[in-house]
This record gives sequence, structure tokens and C-alpha cells, in this order.
Amino acid sequence: MSVAGYVLAACLGGVGAVAGLAGMLGHAWSAHVGWLVPLGGLELQMDRLAGCFVAIVGITSIPVSIYAGGYAGRDRRGVAAYLVFVASMLLVPLAANTMTFAIAWELMSLASYLLVVQHRGAAAAHAGWVYAVMTHAGLGCLLAGMLLLGAWTGSARFVDWTAAAPALDAASRSLAWGLLAAGFLAKAGAIPLHVWLPLAHPAAPSHVSALMSGVMIKLGLYGLVRASFGWLGTGPAWWGTALLLLGVVAAVGGVLYALADRDLKRLLAYSSIENVGIILIGLGAAVAFRATGADALALLALTAALCHADNHAAFKSLLFMAAGSVLHATGTRDLESLGGLVKRMPWTAAGFFVGSAAIAGLPPLNGFVSEWLTFQALLQNVQLRIPGLNLVFTLAVAALALTGGLAIACFVKAYGIGFLALPRSEAAAAAHEAPLSMRVAMMLGAGACVALGLGATAVVDALGAVAAAVVPAATPIVSGDWLTLHVSGGFASMSTAQLAVVLAGALLVPLAVLTLAGARPAARRYETWGCGRLLQTPRMEYTATAFANPFTRVFDFVYRPVKQLDIEAHPESRFFVRRIAYANPTRFIVDEWVYRPVDRALRAVTQRAAAIQSGSPNLYLAYLLAVLLLLLVLA
Amino acid sequence: MTAVVVGGILQVAAVAAGAPLLVGTLRHLKARLVGRRGPAPWQPYRDLAKLFGKTPVVSTTTSWIFRATPYVLFATMLAGALATPVLSSRPPLGFAGIVLLMYLFLAGTFFLTLAGLDAGSAFGGMGSSREAAVAALAEPTVILAVLALSLRANTTNLGGVVERLSGDPLLAANPAHLLAFSAFFIVMLAETGRLPVDNPATHLELTMIHEAMVLEYSGRHLALVEWASGMKLLLFLTLLANLFFPWGVPAVLAPLPLLLGVIVLLAKLAVLTVAIAVLETSIAKLRLFRVPELLAGSFALALLSVTAVFLLR
Repeated sequence: MSVAGYVLAACLGGVGAVAGLAGMLGHAWSAHVGWLVPLGGLELQMDRLAGCFVAIVGITSIPVSIYAGGYAGRDRRGVAAYLVFVASMLLVPLAANTMTFAIAWELMSLASYLLVVQHRGAAAAHAGWVYAVMTHAGLGCLLAGMLLLGAWTGSARFVDWTAAAPALDAASRSLAWGLLAAGFLAKAGAIPLHVWLPLAHPAAPSHVSALMSGVMIKLGLYGLVRASFGWLGTGPAWWGTALLLLGVVAAVGGVLYALADRDLKRLLAYSSIENVGIILIGLGAAVAFRATGADALALLALTAALCHADNHAAFKSLLFMAAGSVLHATGTRDLESLGGLVKRMPWTAAGFFVGSAAIAGLPPLNGFVSEWLTFQALLQNVQLRIPGLNLVFTLAVAALALTGGLAIACFVKAYGIGFLALPRSEAAAAAHEAPLSMRVAMMLGAGACVALGLGATAVVDALGAVAAAVVPAATPIVSGDWLTLHVSGGFASMSTAQLAVVLAGALLVPLAVLTLAGARPAARRYETWGCGRLLQTPRMEYTATAFANPFTRVFDFVYRPVKQLDIEAHPESRFFVRRIAYANPTRFIVDEWVYRPVDRALRAVTQRAAAIQSGSPNLYLAYLLAVLLLLLVLA
Repeated sequence: MTAVVVGGILQVAAVAAGAPLLVGTLRHLKARLVGRRGPAPWQPYRDLAKLFGKTPVVSTTTSWIFRATPYVLFATMLAGALATPVLSSRPPLGFAGIVLLMYLFLAGTFFLTLAGLDAGSAFGGMGSSREAAVAALAEPTVILAVLALSLRANTTNLGGVVERLSGDPLLAANPAHLLAFSAFFIVMLAETGRLPVDNPATHLELTMIHEAMVLEYSGRHLALVEWASGMKLLLFLTLLANLFFPWGVPAVLAPLPLLLGVIVLLAKLAVLTVAIAVLETSIAKLRLFRVPELLAGSFALALLSVTAVFLLR
């Protein structure tokens, strides 16, 4: 029964993929069912941008649903919520009026909330609570922005906003944009609105994490594209600057926390924040370019952002599926008790390896293509002659480069500690390979990462057409001989296909030469060199915490590590130590600087308010009477 | 097409064949500077030949990553050799910019740091962790320093930068140029594991970075790793020579300009090699946790350089 549900979800994904790809290539349609939903009826509209995101949702949910069939197995809980989740995510990009959008958006949030709290326990309950609060705070901002826009333009339909928005005054457009952006950024997981993400992703079942991280947070970015380019017309440059700076913070902050974390799924969650940051950098650049009239560059930057959005969907869903297989096989997400899985779970290890290489941006895989495009868009800020904006762009270039370097370190840690060397626990030593459906799903994901990388010209062309529907301009991207991408004339070009051929040749030729020259293929197997000690045990291996140590020391102003040393001595003499406990937890600036003060203020206010809550019914009746009298007097 | 292939083979051969000589010359010069006679400059060729003849020992703990890494690392350096303007300003992977080149090097680092973890010894893990930290922190400087050049040349294509800057000497006569050069020089020392960041001549636990990571390698695997790190040094020095002093790099692959180009390149490399040898004999290695300060300093130089481009136009 539950397997049938996941098959249905995969079919739904397939339908979405076909419809989305058709829409992306220009097959537009709209539908209106007036009686179904109050206040304007159900209204759907397919255009290129919507098609692009419907395709991302649909294509990603096919392998993830196949995976879910094996992962969740006969567990019947959550199947219905999962189906609603996939269906509502397919609907969100299509929504064409406020009511349809709000319903689809809220269904998506509620279904994912149910999936997060599906595994009972204190951690899941806490994660679910934080997620519910954040997502509804976001919804509140969105509704406020949409209702304001509706009141000012006199219509709840998005098409009318696009037509009427340019006539609004600058301050009210900026107010509406700020509210909408806050709501969408809370869903996308941009710092400082990201707090739900590192809690909810590890708590949810892995196929749900794969969809939440790979797809759902992209819908926040979809909304941001709509709000910044469509609904509100061309905005001022500061919208772009704000998005760029938020992107820089999310990219660097996300990858730093990913690097320091030892929980495999939380690491991936932080890495999603990093990738949202990279997409935001592209989006912010696009908004800033558009505001300054450089439409061709805005188109390039938007293409880069869309490209990274779909690439991230491919490799992050793959990584979450592989992490889920590890959790399935060992029962733990803690990197310090994993290891040695490359021999015990070769398929899962291969999937995680391809995902790691792709997300680290190694050429010629897909992560490299979109990071390269983002770089090329940012580098061309030299065409603007606004020194302040130029500096922001330069900062973004540096942040993107730093993020790339740190992401490599982060995924070396995740793969090297999690999968290589000796198992660090009994559970990891007894790990078994995932069942067939999960392996197939992971191989599909890995294939997507390779195909999106090698087929970069086709992908970028298609996404360039989507971006051109949002920012009407002559495209600066030309795929010359369909193997090489040329950006902005002679500014830059790239060919992942040629690069792949060269790399393959450079790999095979030395091998062939060595073999022909008679290098003995046999290598002697012996244990790892250990300075003369006998036997190698997992205790001698480097740990994830130790691997991240140089980074926690260099960036200690971000991590603010606390050293907790607890030594228990024998009561007779303090020289006989019984037990030493050492912990070095990191703290979160955002929690301490943003949420703790808010939390404290909220508690203070509610404590004051509690003074009027005596519990006596008579008093409450008196309150009612007083309010009634007051209203009567006022009326 | 044939010309591209011939040029590519020529350039790869030059880089691969020249790398051991560069490493040997550097060691020889350093020995002479401290008053030793030192091995001959061509000693690395003998070392490589010896290593290729030996049976490698592979730890029982390791996986395919450990065995594949030397070949992958070597392949990334060969591809890097095709993407760098070495002999001519139009190399076969002519579309490459600094972003591609850096990611090729990072791909090598990715595999090498994984291989360091694969054997499961604390040495390898320590080396990997430190190497990853240095590579990550050096990355922004490299990109920004070359960006300062790209901005003035209006292309990210490395060969394009060389041609544009050599054609218009005024573009190079600029304070930003000097700042970018200093930044790139410092970060070159970090990327190739030279003093004061890493000491390529030591096997002391406390200070090792690169050597700790490759400690498990032996035989032909070690030969490939050593050869690849020699090539990385050569490629970085060539970038330094040809991007910042872009004169005398031929655009076409005709015999005479090529010969002239090789002579000019050798002269530039000789100057840089002497500079490194003098630097390495006159300064001590930095403590590991002072290295980020050095890299932050080089980043500041690169950022100033880019700022200068924006402000001085």
C-alpha cells in the first residue's frame, strides 16, 4: 500500500517533469476554476519561469520517490503527506492569484511539517515547532505583502500586479518587496531566517529531506524571482545589493557551519544554506544589473542563478539519499562513528562521491558549470561605473571563491571521514548495502549530475531562454559549436565536453604508458605505517572534529567555540584521574544576537501580560464587560 | 586542428619535462646558498626513475581512492598545463580562465586530501586537514589577483589577458599591477607548499602539511605525486611570469617565435627561481596558525589592487 503511494508520487513527478519541460520550452497555458476556491477562484498559469521550477520539482521527485519506496518500505505513515507535499510543490509555481498561491504554499508547509514530526521524539518535536513558527512567520510576511499589493492595485491576480506595479510610488514598492522577500527568504533558508533548516532536515526522513532541501527551498527563490522581476517591475539597485550581501552571508556562513558539523544530515542542511547563498548572489547581481540598466548582464546573472538552482536540486537530493542509506544501514548520522563504508556500501559510497565532487564544483561536473557562470556574471560588474556597487560585487567574488575552497574542505571531510579508512563503530563495521530501489535512485541522481555537467551548453541555453522571458534582453550567452559556451563576446568561454575529453586522455595516457613500460601492476599490500606501533585501530584515525580544527581556529570569531574540560579525580588524590571529558562545541552568532534577544523580550512582555491573568472567571467577565462598554462608547 | 594537437603535446611535454629540472635547480640553488654543494639540478629525474622502478606498498586499509589519486592528480596537472599560457598565449584549452585553472588544481587537492584520509593514519588526516585549510584560504586571493588583471584586459581568458597587457604596456604600468603581483606571489608560495607556509624539505610531524598527507605513498604512486607537485610549481611560476610580465609570449606556434618565447620564459623563470631560493634560505617557516594571517595579508593586497582598478579609471 505504501509502495503504491510512492509509485503514484513518482508518476506525479513524471507528469510534472513533462509539463514543466514543455512549459519551459514555451508551451504556455492557463486554467481557471472559479467555484473551487473563494476570493478569485483557482487560477493556474504556465509560463517559462513556472515551467522551469515545475520541471525541477517533477524531475527531482522521480528518483526520490523511487528511493522512498525502498527507504520507508512498509512504513505506512507519511505516505499521504508525502503525496500532498509533491503535488503542492508542483502547484506553487503555477499559482496565478493570491488565494491559489496561499493555499498551495500553506499545503506545502503543512505537509512538510507533518513529515518532519513523523518520527516521534523530542528532537523531531522541537524541529517541527521551530519549523512551524518560522514558516508561518514567513507566510505572515508574504500575506501582508500580497494583501498590500492587492489593495494598491485593486486585484488579487499576479498579472494585474505586473501591469500596475510600475505606477506605484517607490516607497510602497520597496515596502511590499521587503515583506515578500522576507517571506520567501524564510522558506529559502537565508541567514538569519535559516534556523529551522538545520533542525528540520536531520529530523525528517531522508527522502523528505532530499525534497525539502533539493526542491522546496528553491520555491522560496522562485518567489523571489517573481517578486523582484515580475510583480513589482524593475526595482532600485539596493534590492540587488541587499540580496547580494545576504547571499554572501549565507554562502560563507552556511559552509562554515557545515564544515564544523559532525552530523552528516545537518552538515548537508548547512550546505544547502551555502548553496542558497550562491543562488542569492546570482539573483542579487541580476537585480542590481537590471536596476542599473545592464539588462544583458542581468540576464546572464539570472541564468547563472537558475542553473545553480537546478544543479543544486540534482546533487543535494543525491547526497541526502546517500546519507539516508548510511543512516538506514548504520543507524547513526554521527560522522565520528562512521568510516569504512566505501567497502561495505560501494553503491552508496559512489553516489555520495559523485554528489560531493559535484557540490564541491569539480570540473566537468554540474556544480562547476553554475559556479563558473556566476563568476562570469559577477566579474563583469566592471561595466558599471558605480564604485560602491563595484566593491560589493568584488566582495561577492571573493566570498564565492572562499566558499568554493571551503566547500571542498567540507565535502572532503564528509566523504573522507564518513566513508574511507576503518569503521569507527560496530554499527559502521556491520553496515550493509542499500536495497535495489535506493541504489537505482542514487545512480539516477549521479547520472543527472554528470549529464547536467557535460550537457552544459544545452542546459544553459534552455535556462537562458527562461531568464530571457523574465528579463527581456539580447542574450549574452552563445553556445558556439554546441560544445562551447561563449559569454559576452570574447569575455569568457567554457567547454565542459572538451575538458572531459582532455581529462580522460590525461588520465588514460599515463596509465597506458606505465603499463606498456612494464610497471609491475602488483602492489604490495601492507598495513598503514604507524611509527613502529603494532596494529592499526580506528582510535588512531583522524576525526571529523580534528579535521575541522584549523577552520574553527581561523574563523573563531564566527564559531565562538567554548572549551569544556571536565576532569574527575580520585577522592584520595587529585593525581589519580578517573575520567576526563572534553568538549568543544561551537555557538551560533545568529542565535545569540538575533533570536535570544527577541525571545527574551517576548518572555518579558508575556510575563507582564500574565499579571492580568488571575484565573478568576469573575474577573474575566469584568474584562468582557469593560471591553464591550468601551466599544459601545467608541461606536 | 593538427596545429592545436601538436601545440598541446608540445606544451604538455615541456611542462612535464621541465618540472623536475625546476625542482632540482631550486634545491641546488638553496644548497649553494647555505654553503653546501648539493645534488645536481637533474637529480629529480634520477629520483623519479628510481621510484618508477620500485614496487609500491599500498595500505590494506585503503580503497580505490588511494590508488586512483596519483593518476587523477597527474591528469589534472596535465590538463592544467593545457590551460595555462606557457609556450604560447593560445593554449589548446584556450577558453580557460583562472576559475577553471583553480578548480582543476582544487580537483587535485580534493583527491589528494581524500587519499590522505584513506589510509586511516593520524599523519595523513592531519596533513589533509591542513592542506585543505591552506587551499581554501588561498582561493579568494588567487581569483581576486587575476581579476585585477582581467578587469583591465576585459577578458577572463588567460591568454587574452597576456595578449592585451603585452600589447598595451600602459595597462601594466599601474600600482594595481604591483599589488596584484605581490598578492599572487604570496599565494603561490602557499599553493605550492613553499616556505614560509610549508617546508618541502622536512618530515617533522609538527610542521608537515603536504609531506604528511602523501606519507603513505611509495613507488610509482609517489613518483606521480612528486612529479605532479613539481608541475604545479612550474605552472604557478609560469602564471606569475606570463601574466604579470606578459612580454615575449608568442601568439602563434611558428618555430622561431617559439624558440624566442622559450628563451624569454626560461629567463623569467630563472629570476623567479632565484628569488624563491633566496627567500627560502632567509626566512623561517611560520607557525601553522600564523599562516592565515599571511594569507589574509595577501588577500588585502589583492582587494586593494581590484579597488585601485575601480578607483583609478
